[in-house]
Amino acid sequence: MEQKQLEKDQEYKYGFTTDIESIRAPKGLNEEVIKFISEIKKEPKWMLDWRLKAFNRLKNLKEPNWQKPKYPKINYQDLYYYSAPKSAQDKPKSLDEVDPKLLETYAKLGIPLQEQKKLSGIAVDAVFDSVSVATTFKEKLNEKGIIFCPISEAIQKHPDLIKKYLGSVIPITDHYFATLNSAVFTDGSFVYIPKNVRCPMELSTYFRINASETGQFERTLIIADEGSYVSYLEGCTAPMRDENQLHAANVELVALDNAEIKYSTVQNWYPGDKDGKGGIYNFVTKRGACRGKNSKISWTQVETGSAITWKYPSCILQGDNSVGEFYSIAITNNHQKADTGTKMIHIGKNTKSKIISKGISAGFADNTYRGLVDIGKNALNARNYTQCDSLLMGNKCGAHTIPYIKNKNYLSIVEHEATTSKINEEQLFYCNQRGLNQEEAISLIVNGFCKEVLQQLPMEFAVEAQKLVGISLEGSVG
Amino acid sequence: MLEIKNLEASINNKKILNGLNLIIKSGEVHAIMGPNGSGKSTLANVLSGKAGYEISGELNFQGESLKKLAVEERAQKGIFLAFQYPLEIPGVNTNIFLKTSLNSVLKAKGKKELDTLSFLKMVKEKSSELGIDEKILSRQLNVGFSGGEKKKNEILQMKVLDPILSILDETDSGLDIDALKIVAKGVNSSRSSKKSFLIITHYQRLLDYIKPDFVHVLSKGKIVKTGCGDLAEELEKTGYEKLN
Repeated sequence: MEQKQLEKDQEYKYGFTTDIESIRAPKGLNEEVIKFISEIKKEPKWMLDWRLKAFNRLKNLKEPNWQKPKYPKINYQDLYYYSAPKSAQDKPKSLDEVDPKLLETYAKLGIPLQEQKKLSGIAVDAVFDSVSVATTFKEKLNEKGIIFCPISEAIQKHPDLIKKYLGSVIPITDHYFATLNSAVFTDGSFVYIPKNVRCPMELSTYFRINASETGQFERTLIIADEGSYVSYLEGCTAPMRDENQLHAANVELVALDNAEIKYSTVQNWYPGDKDGKGGIYNFVTKRGACRGKNSKISWTQVETGSAITWKYPSCILQGDNSVGEFYSIAITNNHQKADTGTKMIHIGKNTKSKIISKGISAGFADNTYRGLVDIGKNALNARNYTQCDSLLMGNKCGAHTIPYIKNKNYLSIVEHEATTSKINEEQLFYCNQRGLNQEEAISLIVNGFCKEVLQQLPMEFAVEAQKLVGISLEGSVG
Repeated sequence: MLEIKNLEASINNKKILNGLNLIIKSGEVHAIMGPNGSGKSTLANVLSGKAGYEISGELNFQGESLKKLAVEERAQKGIFLAFQYPLEIPGVNTNIFLKTSLNSVLKAKGKKELDTLSFLKMVKEKSSELGIDEKILSRQLNVGFSGGEKKKNEILQMKVLDPILSILDETDSGLDIDALKIVAKGVNSSRSSKKSFLIITHYQRLLDYIKPDFVHVLSKGKIVKTGCGDLAEELEKTGYEKLN
């Protein structure tokens, strides 16, 4: 019995649920539900109107279907669009007021807020289901004029910023899932870094799906004003569920003149079981605008979870001399599927972009890199460098690289390199001969393969991510 | 320590080892010489447990049959193979590789694993003892190493992992005299009543620096002649032809 439990735990370490009564909106997607969400968030009328506009637009949109991984039809009327831990209704003022059960959940996830507050220097805006529970380090950030709060709070307290920037990178007229998010988003993070301020700590948020059959519609907006810098970390884990769960987040970044945003993600949603049953649909829209000259946006992602990962963190390089970067590790095992990459849209002069993608595929999994490098006719002297490496384990998995390149002026240079390799039996033998077992050997080799991307992660994340790379591939060679 | 009885091994239905017998006692250094294709590397592979071979006969190490043990289990029990062609592992720092493998071996033995600081101190000592530039330790494992650097790295790994039985598979091939001396130093400085060596080589040259207790001649998958150190010199003069 104990052994069985242990095996289960190892299969998905974070597969547990917390027994907290939830407040839920009724099932289904309609105006009433959107009004319910807006009301419970105490939103001003302009926000509700914005949501309804998106909802009206949604009625005329169809889900895209060009992606490689196919999935069963989602019944949007059969989902809950709002669910909140009940105890959060009273809005805790400090950690002491937070439901101890919630804190326990965080502890299991390895996010001891109490300790973190003292030790790590990371401000955590923890999103448990849909309501932000605790925000730390607020005072310290306040001193610098930095705003880091739940987006629901920002809608009430900073309407000018929200009105100006929300939807300015991902408009409500965007594709199906982004527009769905605009209509029903529940919460997420808001960050504003004032002019010439360097954010003194890594900002971090942890997402977690808890209530059953609740789609997660997070919305994050980060604005880096002129000459500012911020590094933002996002990490996710989810409890074990049989039903497929939809996660359609929107993340918008805006970098003004000489500003820099670094956005790092470690995504470890429940991937489904060994036979491909269950798991999260991770259909996320992430887009950054380098609006100002000399601005820079850098995306780093480690995608190991989810049944289907479908996302293209992108950069719109509007400002002259602006820089976009995309560093990605996508690991798929068993029956997981990933279709991920980036879009680099070069508009300004002398804009530069760099894409480093590492795809690892094992079991029956399918891993696609899909990327667009689009250099406009005025983006003189633009440069792009793309490197896509795929690593295959076994002979039942797939790896695909689909680069789209559009170059509309003769002064720009685009480079694309791609490799596909299999884990080499001789390398494994060599590691085994030095005393490493098969899994340790694979973890070592794969971590080496991903090194260029792992190096981009902030220290706190890099260690966790390295472990995750090993854990995700456990049992992939037998 | 090592007892091989009537060992046969084939790969893809081709028989390579054909009734090989060999006994290596604690503290002994054995050299195996033989022409190309006589089965020298196959013997090294079979001893370390490489997959792909059909095996019959007996293979005992410290009184225990090796046949059912995985490669890493044999390694953890103290069998080390210095590769003829050490593998490159991109992105993996040599130091980290060595530390990971040492700690796996220590863990399997139920000993305490080394923390980073004591590991670095130890590996620094071992490399300076052998006269190996410690810069190779901060490079990616074998990536861009010269042939000599790769072989020196193998010997350093041998010193760090401190095995009971070390098998050197043509470690001397392609080495200049300085590198050859480092390899010899690695072996000679480890010789003790508890450790044994199996040195596979084409040439007598290495045996000028490492004095073996026994020299065997391997031909067509079995040992055809055994002698003392002077057998190697004799072979150098007469070649392998006459033995067949």
